[in-house]
Amino acid sequence: MILFGATLLLAFLSGLPGLFMKRGGGRSAALLMGSSAASGLLAALQVLLGRATGAVALPNQRVLDWGFLHLDPLGAIFLIPVCILFGSASVYGLAYWDDHRENSRTVRAAFGVLAGFLILLTGAQHAFTFLLGWEGMALAAFVLVMAEDRDPATRRAGYVYLAATHTGTLFLFSAFALLPKAAGGLAFGPWTPGFASSPLGSALFLLFLAGFAFKAGALPLHFWLPPAHSAAPSHVSAVMSGVLIKMGILGLARLVAWVPDPPIWWGGSVTALGLASGVLGVAFALGQHDLKRLLAYHSIENIGIILLGLGLGLIGKHAGSLPIQLLGFGGALLHVVNHALFKGLLFLAAGSAAKAAGTRDLEALGGLARRMPRTSLAFLAGAWAICGLPPLNGFVSEWMIYLAAFQGLGRPHALWSVAALGALALIGALALACFAKAFGAAFLGEARSPAAVEARESPPSMVGPMGVLAGACAFIGFFPVLLGRPLDRAATQLAGAQGPPLAAMASLTMLSLMALPLLAGAWMLVRWSRGRSFREGVPTWDCGYTAPAARMQYTASSFAEGLMRGMRWVLWPVTAGGRVAGFVPRPRPFSSHLPDLVLDRAAEPGLGGAARGLGALRFLQAGHLPIYLLYVLLTLLGLFVWMVA
Amino acid sequence: MLETFLVRAVHVALHLTTALLLPPLLPGLIAKTKAMVAGRTGPPVLQLYYDLARLSRKRAVFSRTTTWVFLAGPVGTVAAVATASLLVPFGSSPAPLHFQGDAVFFAYLFGLARFLTVLSALDTGSAFEGMGAAREVSFAVLAEPALFLGFAALAKSTGSLSLSTMLASPGFSFSRAMAPLILVLAGWAIVYLAENSRIPVDDPNTHLELTMIHEVMVLDHSGRPLALVLYGASLKLLVLGALLIGPLFTRAFGGLLNWAAFWGLLVLLAVGVGLVESFTARLRMNRVPQFLVAGILATAFAFLLLLV
Repeated sequence: MILFGATLLLAFLSGLPGLFMKRGGGRSAALLMGSSAASGLLAALQVLLGRATGAVALPNQRVLDWGFLHLDPLGAIFLIPVCILFGSASVYGLAYWDDHRENSRTVRAAFGVLAGFLILLTGAQHAFTFLLGWEGMALAAFVLVMAEDRDPATRRAGYVYLAATHTGTLFLFSAFALLPKAAGGLAFGPWTPGFASSPLGSALFLLFLAGFAFKAGALPLHFWLPPAHSAAPSHVSAVMSGVLIKMGILGLARLVAWVPDPPIWWGGSVTALGLASGVLGVAFALGQHDLKRLLAYHSIENIGIILLGLGLGLIGKHAGSLPIQLLGFGGALLHVVNHALFKGLLFLAAGSAAKAAGTRDLEALGGLARRMPRTSLAFLAGAWAICGLPPLNGFVSEWMIYLAAFQGLGRPHALWSVAALGALALIGALALACFAKAFGAAFLGEARSPAAVEARESPPSMVGPMGVLAGACAFIGFFPVLLGRPLDRAATQLAGAQGPPLAAMASLTMLSLMALPLLAGAWMLVRWSRGRSFREGVPTWDCGYTAPAARMQYTASSFAEGLMRGMRWVLWPVTAGGRVAGFVPRPRPFSSHLPDLVLDRAAEPGLGGAARGLGALRFLQAGHLPIYLLYVLLTLLGLFVWMVA
Repeated sequence: MLETFLVRAVHVALHLTTALLLPPLLPGLIAKTKAMVAGRTGPPVLQLYYDLARLSRKRAVFSRTTTWVFLAGPVGTVAAVATASLLVPFGSSPAPLHFQGDAVFFAYLFGLARFLTVLSALDTGSAFEGMGAAREVSFAVLAEPALFLGFAALAKSTGSLSLSTMLASPGFSFSRAMAPLILVLAGWAIVYLAENSRIPVDDPNTHLELTMIHEVMVLDHSGRPLALVLYGASLKLLVLGALLIGPLFTRAFGGLLNWAAFWGLLVLLAVGVGLVESFTARLRMNRVPQFLVAGILATAFAFLLLLV
């Protein structure tokens, strides 16, 4: 209790001293945030490793025993990435968003407030605390997204975000208003059996799903996410993508835990959302030129993978199969942690590269691996993990979801499982293509612009946090078995019953064992291939060109062009120019752009049209007092007539 | 007790020796088959062994554009595919390592090899190698689902997620899983040709860089790294070949007979690839996706057949 309360308080207050200090405010904020993170990690571990008393009796940390706030295993799983990411991002922010910026104090204060509300959400056990945290988180994040509000693109992103998050909150308000019908009160607890299948239960599920999917950024409610993530400062993007959108997943997971008997279409619709988000998220990522925007679309893809795990688990819960539930829920929850770690790492590395080279445009970067070796190693580690390649952490969680899908093959509703399998394989291959493009274009080859030539490695205070996150990715990848028990706890809470341990079902020790021949083999081969003398410093051979230049390199757009053409029927890319004519063609400009399917093609024109159409009703608001008095009178008269009749 | 342990040890030793020493034979057999069909003498069957021995004595050259990532491609490919060879059963003898879900690990090791090869190609900053890398990742997007749908069909018919039981469950080709099995093997044959960069997807022998996929990605390697590239490609031929051969064992052969049968089928597979290369032309680049989609369809239908 003390630990969780301290975490909450320290995080909220972390930016406060800095507001009144001339200098050193950043250090005090980082110190407070670091201690908050440390105590939060302790609290989470205490809950996750504590002794369970009964079959499903779960340990937790209560704060002021009113039922509003206590940390249970599910919340603790989400608290871990919050702590790690905020701790490292606040250190990273010291140099990244330094005191030379006029708004560095505001940003730090809002950063602390955001951390506080997120920590509050992980422990929220009542509609009141949950909505308080939800709204506070949304507003704090809005302030942070608007950090560079001189830029019109940032302002637009901020307002889109604000509108989207409040629409989502609206759904949640109505859902929580209906919650007492299902759970007998506004405190979180199990629903009465059978309620989930009733019409009201279905309506409640849809409301919750809409509200949470908005925050999580699941397709087609994702449209606020790419502009907001690319507009925010990188350390803010890291926590937004890493943990803020995960609160939507936390909400869904709570919903799963409340319902003892979900109908099959619940699992089906969550799986379908996961399929759409996963495949389309990565497909849209492939077409991006902006490094941070590309990463933002990958968040949508990973939310899709998490939803696939949750959806398969829900189908398993409907069918009463514990192995599917535990593997699906366990995989989804582990992917929540993993995605926070590697996506945080990727955003921090991207921010470091963009700050050094002065641009986020992939076509203007290049060759950073020689100039910023540590940053590029960090980005490579993140890319390795996010593609789900062994032996890093991304593989472990995707593997559990694969196993859940394989488990479902021999049961009814096997088509969902095989769809999930095919989608996971497709997502994996597309993600690999996308990160080969991102890492290759930004870090390998020759620099494509003078600014990229001038790039220098970032200071240790920015590289250190990346190292911490990369280390965490490697740790989970090499020793997944250590996570077996904590994940069992949390997945058990979602399944509502104790099952076989995950570590045995997913052969987690074998994963560590398999890393051994891989690493040993690689080490020996590196030794062997460097054993002979070699010659360095010659130009790339490239079939005999004598002077290969940076302009001759394959560009990021060309790299993705084949796949984009294959998927143009769903993505609708926009290209202009590029057609050459004549025997000696003159230089021609070419540009390609991938607008967002929902924001740029549906939401903005649609809402703009609606605003124009509703403008016809503006005459009602003429601004004269007598007219409003007339409205009041008319309403009263109407009510009077209605009461009499 | 001791006896079974010794038998197991001999099997593992044979497995490792086969995986480590046999691969360079396969490209030699393919080349010999092609030469004989074309009426030429062709290079000796052991040519790749000679090449590897010569390359390992040569000095490597590294471009000034490259970083350590350049070396990660060849090294990572061999390390990943060699690790994958520990998971796949050779014939009906189970693999040295097997656990539930190793099929997924197996597939992702090939993903790892592809990722590192592609990065290594992009590290040179060469336009040709970028082109090859782009093609490699694009076609893999269609090959990967075919592989996994095949796993799904086999997992459903055998109730197991481990390659050792999925591929080597003896006699199941006579059961009702016969037709799906044929479809899975047909789909995987397409994946096999694509993953190993053979005709009709890719032509390793062409002189035109613009039309190649795999060979163009490794243009800048030399010396020992090039030896690793060549060896890795032949290792892929063997390890993925074991995936195709496993289900063909209609009954479990004991002991050495298993190995004789496996080596025999491996030789037949190489000759088969050589014949395919002799009698088909390379597809136009924009036709390759259609060929790969046929693989997805075959494996998807295999699964659907198992549902009814």
